[in-house]
Amino acid sequence: MRLRRMEGGLLNLPGIYIHVPFCSAKCPYCDFYSLVGREKTDAYCAAVTDELKTLRRVGPLADGLKDRDISTVYFGGGTPSFVGAENLSRLLRAVKENYVLLPGAEITVECNPSSSLVPGFFETLAAAGFNRVSLGMQSAVGAERKKLGRRATAADVETAVKACQQAGITDISLDIMLGVPEQTESSLLSSLDFALSLGVTHLSAYLLSIEEGTFFDKKRDALNLPEEDAVCDMYLSLCGYLKNNGFRHYEISNFCLPGHEARHNTAYWRDEEYLGVGPAAHSYLNGRRFYFPRDLDAFISGMPPVDDGPGGGWEEAVMLALRLDTGISLQEIKEIFAVAPSPSLPAILQQYQSAGLLTFDGDRLTLTERGFLVSNTLIGEIIDVITP
Amino acid sequence: MRQKKEHIRNFSIIAHIDHGKSTLADRLLELTDSVAKRDMQQQLLDNMELEKERGITIKARAVTLDYKAHDGNTYELNLIDTPGHVDFNYEVSRSLAACDGAILIVDATQGVEAQTLANTYLALEHDLELVPVINKIDLPAADPDRVCADVEEIIGLDCEDAPRISAKTGQNVEAVLEKIVRDIPCPEGDDDAPFKALVFDSVYDNYKGVIVYVRVMDGTLRSGDTMKMMATGATFTVVEVGHMRAMSLENTGVLKAGEVGYITASIKSVSEARVGDTVTKVGNEAAEPLPGYKKVNPMVFCGLYPADGADYEALKEALEKLQLNDAALSFEPETSGALGFGFRCGFLGLLHLEIIQERLEREYDLDLVSTVPSVVYKIHLSDGRVVEIDNPTNYPDPAVIDYVEEPMADAHIYSPPEYIGVIMALCQDRRGTLKDQQYISSDRVDIHYKLPLNEIIYDFFDALKSRTRGYASFDYELCGYERSNLVKLDVLLNGDLIDALSYIIHSEKAYPRARKIAEKLKDNIPRQMFEIPVQIAIGGKVIARETIKAMRKDVLAKCYGGDITRKKKLLEKQKEGKKRMRQFGTVEVPQEAFMAILKLDDQT
Repeated sequence: MRLRRMEGGLLNLPGIYIHVPFCSAKCPYCDFYSLVGREKTDAYCAAVTDELKTLRRVGPLADGLKDRDISTVYFGGGTPSFVGAENLSRLLRAVKENYVLLPGAEITVECNPSSSLVPGFFETLAAAGFNRVSLGMQSAVGAERKKLGRRATAADVETAVKACQQAGITDISLDIMLGVPEQTESSLLSSLDFALSLGVTHLSAYLLSIEEGTFFDKKRDALNLPEEDAVCDMYLSLCGYLKNNGFRHYEISNFCLPGHEARHNTAYWRDEEYLGVGPAAHSYLNGRRFYFPRDLDAFISGMPPVDDGPGGGWEEAVMLALRLDTGISLQEIKEIFAVAPSPSLPAILQQYQSAGLLTFDGDRLTLTERGFLVSNTLIGEIIDVITP
Repeated sequence: MRQKKEHIRNFSIIAHIDHGKSTLADRLLELTDSVAKRDMQQQLLDNMELEKERGITIKARAVTLDYKAHDGNTYELNLIDTPGHVDFNYEVSRSLAACDGAILIVDATQGVEAQTLANTYLALEHDLELVPVINKIDLPAADPDRVCADVEEIIGLDCEDAPRISAKTGQNVEAVLEKIVRDIPCPEGDDDAPFKALVFDSVYDNYKGVIVYVRVMDGTLRSGDTMKMMATGATFTVVEVGHMRAMSLENTGVLKAGEVGYITASIKSVSEARVGDTVTKVGNEAAEPLPGYKKVNPMVFCGLYPADGADYEALKEALEKLQLNDAALSFEPETSGALGFGFRCGFLGLLHLEIIQERLEREYDLDLVSTVPSVVYKIHLSDGRVVEIDNPTNYPDPAVIDYVEEPMADAHIYSPPEYIGVIMALCQDRRGTLKDQQYISSDRVDIHYKLPLNEIIYDFFDALKSRTRGYASFDYELCGYERSNLVKLDVLLNGDLIDALSYIIHSEKAYPRARKIAEKLKDNIPRQMFEIPVQIAIGGKVIARETIKAMRKDVLAKCYGGDITRKKKLLEKQKEGKKRMRQFGTVEVPQEAFMAILKLDDQT
């Protein structure tokens, strides 16, 4: 947690998120906003370019963007790579034309292995200024990939990573899923081995959650999902395995080699501000939250972002900061938010500490791996005892 | 001089629950123009919201109707309504003592039921003239001929010219009024004798103080007289006397022998003018009170605690207000290690308990946690002392107990014969002793059991209804104490005794019950950050044990820009959920877990 605002001005710089809502097919577990096919990509790109231009000049977000440089850019989806390197480069150019990017700004794009196998794909991205790629691998095991609806093979993933590295983008993250159908601890470890062998610098490991309305939700009973206890054990052994291989476990689901944290995402957990463009993209600027509705046509027609209420405050900051391995400092909370924790706090934290759910040194409080697994409840409990 | 009061009739209506008592009362009010049509709400006499909803009368009320009969005379008809539930038997008996006759309503589709009989016997004990009325003849399933035969056979009442009516549609209701005038005897009394009036109800009013409802036996009382309550000796100056009209009180300034009316005298609480007491007049005092007064004692006790400790004062005030109007409700402060500050409350029975609880929650907007209801046990200690306890928490150490006595109930269950088997199984399971079994007609059997009161206070009636598909009816009265082999079950969560869940039970049932309580707690307490042992113990000995495993996985794996609002909402929901939890040491117990233990039905 850092001081977010200084008197008279804004200290930390916002990031920009661009949501690219197109995919070649819908994955059975995914509930992100996305449409199948490239039909409206041109209109979409034009609309994003347009919004980037107007949002900073007029409307409710303009104040929060005025005179602020940009520290990170992130293209997420959907499948950004599905719209092609040219379109992505054009969109990044639109960002640069309208905003001042800090020197060395992190610029990430999510890619799917199969759509990035086009020759020259990563070279084009690198030339445009992209310097970080997040690849959706999910699993290196054929049977699991099939269940997850991933069409590319593990070999395709390897080819894509190599191509990316050769093009000069070496900050590469792979996504891995935990608790997917058919998965066992040994199949998970083989996926990890495969990922590490490719020399990537970052891994995101997500526990599968079945979201309402997805295909998995409808087929829940037929999925042959591993038991909850087994999934928890998998998570713990994954954490241990990556640590042994020099990775830092810096957020509940994120691991990196030292110095390769995802800066854009880390800003979310520090409760910093961001601009989101594209249908279903969220913004947090000038202390307020906004979002574009999950509706591509509305976005293309220029519908403005919807106000989603105020953001910030100590509860939000604590809720997010406890996802990080840096945790929270009671002293800092007191200084920044003028919140004095209740006197019973140390005794209660002590109990959680003996149960192995957190570590507490009298000031700094961080969740352990087992604490991360129950973080929804645990964070709620902690906020409850901080409340004076 | 003793004289007949030719133009007065004092009567009540008795019936089994739902046989149409209140509906008939409404029709009588309408027919005698006591209420303008536009003021007519359904079931006017039941004026508590809860009564309307449950369709039962909780408190007695009375009303004076003027009826111009076919003989050309105008009669003063005093209708005294009676509560319709076994919990309020004493109040019923006092209301009946104020009457000279009663209308017995029997449902033409259902015939004679448990309370039909119980109320008939009560009425006969008071020498009341009974006027049978067959109701609900408009229903397709009505069989008035059969029901008349039933009444003649079972009760021995001649039904040949019993009015057959539909109180709902109003069909033939006039005949009931004529029957009242013709068949119910008029009261007798001496206007000059020492004043003597029976209190059959009393109601607290914010402006007038207690309104005392009386039946005058002898003498005359006027405003300004000094009255005296014979049981308590308290005296008051009479402010108003008069008749109860359907919509208001009519201050007539005088009440005479034979009449039914009200008195106000700036009385502060109904406990000073209890049902059954005798009012007399200072200066012309009665030598003896009327017979039959008793102070009703609560039979069923439970702890009531505010779900939010901050509501303690509000709960206290609410109980005080309810007590102004309900002399049978008792309460005293109690502290529970588990539930904090609350009150030990005493009730006439389970219905009374439920009604009070519901009124507290609805009318006073209180969120309550209640403990398992208990009866009053007599504990004979080894040193010869006898203590009465109504709270399992106070149960003495078994080492100092010589023996324990529990209250018994004499119960009659009326049912179609095909359910005899399941009813006996139920009663047997509830430690009942079969006393007698009698066919009162070809399709109705009276099963007579002696049952421990603690086996029937909670869910007996529900269990009976569900096993007999609603066909059986049930009535009981207390019949003293009997020696019994009882033990106290204690519940420990994470090693801490949860006093509010302690339970007194017959030793033979202790083990299965303990296992069930442990299971229910395990199922109803959500997994928490720590593993929680659930233990059920007698004395220091654990007889059942379960473990609530620690929560392992509750995590939002992805939390990026768009997920933050979602995560915040989740946190809010969590906070809401916590409000419904009770904290016991480190363990959070949802109120549902308490309810689950209370509703421990033996069929599940």
